[in-house]
Amino acid sequence: MQQFANPTRFLAIANKALPLIWVLTIILFAIGLYGALVTAPPDYQQGETVRIMFVHVPAAWLAMLVYTVMALASAVAIIFRHPLADVAAKSAAPIGAVFCFLALATGSLWGKPMWGAWWVWDARLTSMFVLFLLYVGYIAIWQAIEEPGRAAMIARIVALVGFINIPVIKFSVDWWNTLHQPASVLRMDGSTIDWSIRWPLLVLGLAYTLLFLALHLMSMRSEIAARKLRNLQIARSGEA
Amino acid sequence: MTLLAALLRRDLILAARQGGGAGTALGFFLAVLVLLPIGIGPDQATLQRLAPGILWITLLLSVLLSADRIFQQDFEDGSLEVMAMAPPSLELVALTKAVAHWLSTSLPLSIAAPFLGILLNLRTEVIWPLALAMILGSFALSLLASIGASLTLNIRRGGLLISILVLPLYVPILVFGMSATTGNPEMINPSLLILAAITLASFVLAPIAAAAALRAYLK
Amino acid sequence: MLLSAENLACERGGRTVFSNQNFSLGSGELLQLTGANGAGKSSLLRLLASLSEPSHGKISLEGGAADLTSGQQAHYIAHGDASKSALTVAENLKFWRDFLGGGDLEAALSALNLAPLADYPVALLSAGQKRRLALARLALVPRAIWLLDEPSVGLDEASQKLLVALMSSHLKAGGLIVAATHVPLGVKSDRNLHLGGQ
Repeated sequence: MQQFANPTRFLAIANKALPLIWVLTIILFAIGLYGALVTAPPDYQQGETVRIMFVHVPAAWLAMLVYTVMALASAVAIIFRHPLADVAAKSAAPIGAVFCFLALATGSLWGKPMWGAWWVWDARLTSMFVLFLLYVGYIAIWQAIEEPGRAAMIARIVALVGFINIPVIKFSVDWWNTLHQPASVLRMDGSTIDWSIRWPLLVLGLAYTLLFLALHLMSMRSEIAARKLRNLQIARSGEA
Repeated sequence: MTLLAALLRRDLILAARQGGGAGTALGFFLAVLVLLPIGIGPDQATLQRLAPGILWITLLLSVLLSADRIFQQDFEDGSLEVMAMAPPSLELVALTKAVAHWLSTSLPLSIAAPFLGILLNLRTEVIWPLALAMILGSFALSLLASIGASLTLNIRRGGLLISILVLPLYVPILVFGMSATTGNPEMINPSLLILAAITLASFVLAPIAAAAALRAYLK
Repeated sequence: MLLSAENLACERGGRTVFSNQNFSLGSGELLQLTGANGAGKSSLLRLLASLSEPSHGKISLEGGAADLTSGQQAHYIAHGDASKSALTVAENLKFWRDFLGGGDLEAALSALNLAPLADYPVALLSAGQKRRLALARLALVPRAIWLLDEPSVGLDEASQKLLVALMSSHLKAGGLIVAATHVPLGVKSDRNLHLGGQ
């Protein structure tokens, strides 16, 4: 049981921090949504539909952030062999995949009024789609390999190989897109956006991040519990 | 080097004798090539426009379909254990096997594909850029396939999983392979250079990732 | 040459297979591993082959090549025959000879009476003949340490005698053998390690 010496301390901290994180998340969502739905002006071209952006853009940010967290945790697991790192990477993946799916779904919703089609192969959406596949592959690896130590090692490699490839994929998809069509409506050049739109976006980005943190801690907590249970079962069957 | 040459020679002989190498992959390539015009319609102009894309995607799928063979047999019959204990590092073994896969499957396909493009009314002026891009890119395809093969070494229904893992990695190769064949002469050189860079990076990184995965399965 | 294990423990999938194993084995000695199914005989051999790492303790080798692991100076014959059915017997052995750094093909063929089968494709061999081909690697490439997992399984009486002769001559030449087995091998073992289920 020595490998759970650390998780015990982690669990104590997580249990204390979680209520605070939830409260902060709710407050930030309230402020951000007020800014997004009430004070931000409708777009002169896109009208009210532009507000989809306030759900879409932070979800896309988080999808990338969570993959980064996963890759970092995997690197830590390889280098320092810290038992919590694999738990962190494994439990982050489904949350990241949901954010990624949210970004894809809202991008599609936004596409209908903008382009008149539910799906358009815009560079950002295409990159997000590939990122979603990377998430699916990572999650599938954990499910396909029964031996936990082996699954952890293979999953680390999958996460890191994917992470190294993300910039290359992004670069290539941008290149591909300029070959075929001009830049899209979804472009977000920070400098050209009005402050009244930018602050709710930033607040919501922070709210999403805290939401991820809360969900991630909860998911890690249940993953640790599941592993403890498994070890107990093995120990008991060994005695029998 | 002579140790690895022995491995390369054996893998090439096995590919030639057992099938599963270029012959089968070429058969698959042809099968897809027949289906596509039937699905799309025989219109010459449409086929000509789609030809480079069709050829690239068929190449990706053919390479992918043969990928799971790279390490599986050697794992199942215990050869990989013996190799892991031998003096050459497992990274070099993985690299050698990827090279063998390239020479036996991806390279012959990428040489044949531009000529099979005649069936799709491929424009003659893109045949050479396409052939060059495919030969360059096909090495990266085999190297990345070796990562996928090592990651799914002992997984039931690993064939599906390998596609999910490897196809995203193929996106850049497809993009720059296509951009070499747009017909715009200015795009050919930069695209080929980027393809070469991707191949070089895969050459360095793929054996490291593959060997790490193989070690996890050999434990 | 001295191969020793100190306080060795092995864990697989969170389950402790064995722990606190100590032994040492000198030149010309045979260590026989016994124990029930799942007691960890194969796991111990894989540790000695450097294919996996112990969860505790360590394996050390004195008097070998300093820059090589114990696995790189060992033959490991497990359940797989490590042969290709599309190649002939001789082709399989030639590959291993070249890949493992050189050896004597004729000696290997005669040690396990494979010379008459040399040009047969392995696809046509029986299970016992394939087993002999796997064991021929022992005579093919010189390695100081032999790690054998149930080496006599599937062999007929004559072939078992060949194996015994091969092992005896290896020990006489100062080699080390660790063999996991259920049945007596017919070679006098110097040490015996019984792994009990935990």
